Amino acid sequence: MSDSHLRHYWTAFRTIVTKEVLRFARIWVQTVLPPVITTALYFIIFGGLIGERIGEMEGYRYMDFIVPGLIMLAVITNSYSNVVSSFFGSKFQRHIEELLVSPIPNSVIILGFIFGGVARGLSVGVAVLLVSLFFSPLSIHNPLVMLVIVLMTSILFAMAGLINGVFARTFDDIAIVPTFILTPLTYLGGVFYSISLLPEFWQGVSMLNPILYMVDAFRYGSLGHSDFPIAMSFAIIAGFIAVLYGIALVLLNRGVGIRS
Amino acid sequence: MTPALEIRGLKKTYKNGFEALKGIDLEVAPGSFFALLGPNGAGKSTTIGIITSLINKTAGTVKVFGHDLDTDLQAVKRSIGLVPQEFNFNNFEPIGEIVVNQAGYYGIPRREAWERCEHYLNELGLWEKRKDMARTLSGGMKRRLMIARALVHEPRLLILDEPTAGVDIELRRSMWDFLTRINTDGRSIILTTHYLEEAETLCRNIAIIDDGGIVENTTMKQLLAKLETETMVLDLSEPPPGIPQDAPIVLRQIDDLTLEADIRSGQHLNDLFRVLDQAGIRVQSMRNKSNRLEELFIRMTRPGQSPSHLTPGASGTTEQPENQA
Repeated sequence: MSDSHLRHYWTAFRTIVTKEVLRFARIWVQTVLPPVITTALYFIIFGGLIGERIGEMEGYRYMDFIVPGLIMLAVITNSYSNVVSSFFGSKFQRHIEELLVSPIPNSVIILGFIFGGVARGLSVGVAVLLVSLFFSPLSIHNPLVMLVIVLMTSILFAMAGLINGVFARTFDDIAIVPTFILTPLTYLGGVFYSISLLPEFWQGVSMLNPILYMVDAFRYGSLGHSDFPIAMSFAIIAGFIAVLYGIALVLLNRGVGIRS
Repeated sequence: MTPALEIRGLKKTYKNGFEALKGIDLEVAPGSFFALLGPNGAGKSTTIGIITSLINKTAGTVKVFGHDLDTDLQAVKRSIGLVPQEFNFNNFEPIGEIVVNQAGYYGIPRREAWERCEHYLNELGLWEKRKDMARTLSGGMKRRLMIARALVHEPRLLILDEPTAGVDIELRRSMWDFLTRINTDGRSIILTTHYLEEAETLCRNIAIIDDGGIVENTTMKQLLAKLETETMVLDLSEPPPGIPQDAPIVLRQIDDLTLEADIRSGQHLNDLFRVLDQAGIRVQSMRNKSNRLEELFIRMTRPGQSPSHLTPGASGTTEQPENQA
């Protein structure tokens, strides 16, 4: 690939990311503020009111225990919903055609949307982290693990949102996966509890939930506590990213949902 | 010289079995202003969709300035600017951003993109509105925005799919001037339109597509020469003293101050003036009864509705003899 091609692709990538960031920034009242308020309520009700009665979880104050999980919850849902709504919106209004007629490889289109989703996921994640400081002191055990895990998780769910956006034909289709799959998996992914509290059978079931490993690894980066080896969590997330990227690329190359 | 567009045996069959294109051949010369006409559902938009890679073809080859759609897609895309039939931009984006982003997709750095954006939005009278959301624009402004967006990467071939639909006459004429100017500067243009007057005014070459096949592909002059009879409407300044019955040109009185004259192929307007002069008929103004291209278009795409004064074309495959019309 020549230098001029690389420069062109880089410009195109930056254009898509900038466009995506401006999109959610323009409507920050709809995109950034609600998750921050929701998470603040979680902190007040679960961490403050109920958490006081729960006491400690795995040796940590309950409030401190749920902070990493709630940050991941915000990152996951926002990375996902940014890409699914943006991609479906561009199909719905047909401005996806602006991209389809231009000489951008599908891989660059995917990366552009993904990093738009990552930008929103991280923005909301940082906002939630700042809100959490009102309830819990900042705790960083391994900043590199925290950063890489949150980045990889954000990429993974942005990718999943893209695939959902490719298949979606109606606005209902973009709500089904977050409502019936993503939210339950996140809530059952160890955000509010350690799986060591569960009976053995349900521990086994929980281990099939990939979000469990992401929350666990992020909690390790924050508190230094994890239920699973960190390397295993990295491998699982990386594996999912590779598989979903492959699926997204095949779908776009075949023009599924975007070309006749 | 390499054609701007070369299509061979292009077929498109949709999943439901509908054959939108049945193997069309088409060639557009570089620098041409080319009209691609056809009734609704004839295959125009499918053809454009395939050229711009929005629709996957079933068979055939498409080359744009020699670049093959199958083997050199990126070069094909760089060569084309598309103004689609329907508005396809983000209504919630400022119009300057829409144009600049499109340039970015073509690898044009942001500073240069803004310079080009300013140039084209100025040309099309939209620069002052660059910060306005696209949804606030009128229909005509939205059409102009799509033209600016299609030109920002300076394509060699501009494809306009009904660019003046819903645009008032004043604006339409200013768009004609703009398109004529960029065509004169060397840019090839393919135009589809339902305003046949527009095609007749702007285009030098024409193809008519119907039922998934090309029924005519020639120059505008050659096509119009196929009209055997042209009907002129004459507005008189005073009632005529009489209507000559044995004149070489047939005259019909419509009302006290209106006549119609049928001018056959080979006759000239001078012959009409002579007849009118000899009969002492004073004419205030004169016009075509209907658009000439429209007459031919109806003839070629709707043989059953053919007016009787058309000559069967030599190259049209769907034309029928006069006695079957």
